[in-house]
Amino acid sequence: MDALTLSRLQFAVATYFHFLFVPLTLGLSMLVAIMETQYVRTGDEDYKRMTKFWGKLFLINFAVGIVTGLTLEFQFGTNWSRYSAYVGDIFGSLLAIEATAAFFLESTFIAVWYFGWDKLSRKAHAVTIWLVAIASNISAFWILVANAWMQHPVGYALRHGRAELADFFAVITQRFAILEFIHTLGGAYLTAGFFVLGISAWHMLRKQEVAFFKKSFRIAAAWTLIFALFEIAQGHMNAEILGQAQPTKLAAMEAHWETGRNVPMNLVAWPDAKHERNTVQSLSVPSGLSLMATYSTAGEVKGLKDYPASERPPVLPVFLSFRAMVGLAFLFLAVGLYAWLKRECIEDRQGFLRILPWLIPLPYLANELGWTLAELGRQPWIVYGLMKTTDAVSPIAVSQVGTSLVAFFLVYALLGAVDFYLLFKFARKGPEAAPAAVK
Amino acid sequence: MLETIWFVIWGVAWAVYFMLDGFDLGLGTLFPFLAKNEAEKRILVNAMGPFWDGNEVWLITAGGVTFAAFPRAYAIMFSGLYTPLMLLLFALILRGVAFEFRGKEDSQAWRTTWDACLVVGSFLPALLLGVAFANIFAGLPLDAGGLFHGNLFTLLNPYGLLGGVLFVLIFAVHGALWLTTRTEGELQARAGHLATSLWLVEAVVAVAFLTMTWFSTRLWQNVLAKPLLLILPLLAVAGLLSLRVFVAKGAWWKAWFASSVLILGAVLFGVAGLFPNLLPSSLDPTASVTAFNAASSPLTLKIMLGVVLCFLPVVIGYQLWVYLKFRDTLTAESISRGPSY
Repeated sequence: MDALTLSRLQFAVATYFHFLFVPLTLGLSMLVAIMETQYVRTGDEDYKRMTKFWGKLFLINFAVGIVTGLTLEFQFGTNWSRYSAYVGDIFGSLLAIEATAAFFLESTFIAVWYFGWDKLSRKAHAVTIWLVAIASNISAFWILVANAWMQHPVGYALRHGRAELADFFAVITQRFAILEFIHTLGGAYLTAGFFVLGISAWHMLRKQEVAFFKKSFRIAAAWTLIFALFEIAQGHMNAEILGQAQPTKLAAMEAHWETGRNVPMNLVAWPDAKHERNTVQSLSVPSGLSLMATYSTAGEVKGLKDYPASERPPVLPVFLSFRAMVGLAFLFLAVGLYAWLKRECIEDRQGFLRILPWLIPLPYLANELGWTLAELGRQPWIVYGLMKTTDAVSPIAVSQVGTSLVAFFLVYALLGAVDFYLLFKFARKGPEAAPAAVK
Repeated sequence: MLETIWFVIWGVAWAVYFMLDGFDLGLGTLFPFLAKNEAEKRILVNAMGPFWDGNEVWLITAGGVTFAAFPRAYAIMFSGLYTPLMLLLFALILRGVAFEFRGKEDSQAWRTTWDACLVVGSFLPALLLGVAFANIFAGLPLDAGGLFHGNLFTLLNPYGLLGGVLFVLIFAVHGALWLTTRTEGELQARAGHLATSLWLVEAVVAVAFLTMTWFSTRLWQNVLAKPLLLILPLLAVAGLLSLRVFVAKGAWWKAWFASSVLILGAVLFGVAGLFPNLLPSSLDPTASVTAFNAASSPLTLKIMLGVVLCFLPVVIGYQLWVYLKFRDTLTAESISRGPSY
């Protein structure tokens, strides 16, 4: 294998792994902040125990998320140096802003929150977890603006043999970035929702701390329902902008080959990239794709055949990731709705409680599928329409990348195993015993 | 002008990173020599607990500043130094999780494993960063296209290795001094003694390094051309000497600040001596990567300057607040009472 393939593989390993931990960080920090706020407002010790219990799981998860983020920033330099030199003027500055405006805040106050229980007033302590939560989310914003620029480059001019910044405001306010940001956030919030629902269900089934976990469950049920609804409604807006910004990705997602108007949406299909057609195609909604992508049944949607084969993304994985992600989204909505409707008598819904812990991995899967779609769907471009991935790789020896790739596999496998083991261990252990009641 | 300002910010970001993360990397390196039992180990870990994560962000910022302001330098530096940088990252990864993991399982083997990660993950970054910076001072084998003609072993030359040893020593003393400010009794005395004995080695290596710098690099010649800049190496020397005086008096905080002055002075001397080069080429001076031929567009530099001027004072403000808030003395008892690693 060449340095390009190995570097792509390495970057994929690093991002998929990093993104196992980030969504829970984004979502759970908000939930823990809400719990601690409830504690400050009501003085109810149960909320304090909730903050500490979920907070402990948050910290275990956070540790791996933060250290694996470190490698991503530096990989642009190590493995994608030609890319870095070509677009650093824009892309590099967005990463630097993330560090100064968000990452400092997050990393400094996570420690204050953990070590500061006796050193700060109740209110000040609650403020620190909000700072962490908000900083994590701001951090996500800058990273996604940077990614969105790779998906849909705007506000630049080609000068001095590179892409130079021409309009900063256009870069950070472009619709693609905003939509990508809120969509990723929605997925992250759902991940945290299912995490809390699943663990609470496990304990309620075993009649451990039922009141405690019912309280957690109720917060998470409302949270999950809201963001499942949000995610589906908002996901549709992403499809619409794809038609304008990344027609090849949209076409691959829908296995759509011929440009045309009144394009149907095929609920069942199986693309065959080699023969540029779908081997299976049925249950078509007339003009469905045109309507989704252009808000008009007669709207024109570009097909893959409009582009040379060398400029099309790998169709099948993009198509399947998209289908699976959408399918999961509707499942999340159903679960969120049922959990919320039954929240008052949830401890009696044994069957549902038994299923919930098994659903915890599904939002993780949906998140990774989303990234597969976003990143693979962008190929063969590293910056859509501007720079190809093949032109971006560093002039480095294959042996170097090969060795580091093996190291990534080993170290990440070890970290993942230890971290999930600890999450399981402390999730099963449950909260610390309530202090002797002084009522 | 903008390029020069950014060159200064670049240098200061690295210097602050070394000053802050330096003490926790040093303390991690000295871990097996300072802590005799589990209680003392926990004191050591918790002496860095509230700070190391925030400190490490300065590395990300230093990297981010390089990427944003000098993308070509970022690209050449990090792809050229591929293997050492990967080693550095893996070391920092294992070190970072070691803090969170070590206390999470009641088993000796478990703790020993993560303590080993903490030690290696502290020692290796200190060594690698020293080797990398000494090599940058001396010049990297770069051709006009920015291609790096070398490998890990090219970097392991005598001057580079001496730089690595110097970084390890400076950080170790810095870390031992940090511990003296946070502990009392026997552990504090042990840290003080270790700082005293290491100081002598540190001073000898520092003199050797500064001498070799005269022959192996152009740092001194460049600084002598603008004599005002001589204040930087003088600050470093003053820090080194006063450190010893404060240690003898048992004035631990002052000694730690003297050590900080040493680090800031030494790094900024190196940076000033490089100017305008970011990565001098040892093959061909005209192939050197400079603040001017590697800089981002004026618009990016201006916007980023605005960002830095807005946010960095705030960052420094709250980090200072954290240092003030968590400066209490740690004992086995105080650690078992409150939240700790």
